[in-house]
Amino acid sequence: MARVVVDVMLKPEILDPQGKAVHGAFGRLGFDGVADVRQGKRFEITLEGEATEERVAEIRKAADTLLANPVIEDYTLHVEADR
Amino acid sequence: MKIGVVTFPGSLDDADARRAAAVAGAEAVALWHGDADLHGVDAVILPGGFSYGDYLRAGAISRFAPVMETVIKKAGEGLPVLGICNGFQVLCEAHLLPGALIKNHVRKFVCKDQPLRIENNRTAWTSDYDANHEITIVLKNQDGSYVADEATLDRLEGEGRVVARYLGQNPNGSYRDIAGISNERGNVVGLMPHPEHCVETLTGPSTDGLGFFTSVLKAVVAS
Repeated sequence: MARVVVDVMLKPEILDPQGKAVHGAFGRLGFDGVADVRQGKRFEITLEGEATEERVAEIRKAADTLLANPVIEDYTLHVEADR
Repeated sequence: MKIGVVTFPGSLDDADARRAAAVAGAEAVALWHGDADLHGVDAVILPGGFSYGDYLRAGAISRFAPVMETVIKKAGEGLPVLGICNGFQVLCEAHLLPGALIKNHVRKFVCKDQPLRIENNRTAWTSDYDANHEITIVLKNQDGSYVADEATLDRLEGEGRVVARYLGQNPNGSYRDIAGISNERGNVVGLMPHPEHCVETLTGPSTDGLGFFTSVLKAVVAS
């Protein structure tokens, strides 16, 4: 079984209050020297069978329509090597 | 005159929206997310709450519910649709309205009586307000910050599609203090604050919200 990974991040120009809250916690815990934190989402999609070009194209479509909102988010997609 | 109110799993304000419709003089009809039939209603409200737990993004999963296929199709034909809070998020995710709603910049759930200015009283849901009418209704949300790119914001402003704007301090980081917008035709309106909680003095800070529901009654009669 192949695995497709989709990483979704808010576009750089969109404010990320969750990342800001995490950044604040970094400072309180003494993790210094951190300029910024942005929080995203990672989807690990396990396919039945091989990651053929057609199947990956389907997952890309799912990322476009469901996993990411193109108004506020960008995503990257890659097929993970067999483990 | 029937106003349908959709219940998604996780909707919270569906009962209040039905009550507001009834107080305005309409027959309130409960619609179910899994039923694509709108049961002959003349207008639809997508209520507040946390549909599907707001998993993925607020409104992202609800947007694909069977009822939404019909709502999207009928909205394109002119059916009045009002999305309140989570309903506004669903309308944006469904691309019936531009832009998106993200977490409040204050990183807190906001719950307060919020002054607004009704800037467009030509929509199906705001015709009972005077131009630039100032009202105070309940605002309560986590993901209430309206965002869109500059070109979209300029277009909304230029076409008079900013229906309501926050007055005073911006409560959630919404770009250009936007509290509500409409589609080009004015039949679809998304609003972050909650007019349905403000139709009776017993339970709300005002009755300023009633105008949304009386407006749509007139819009339906007129069409």
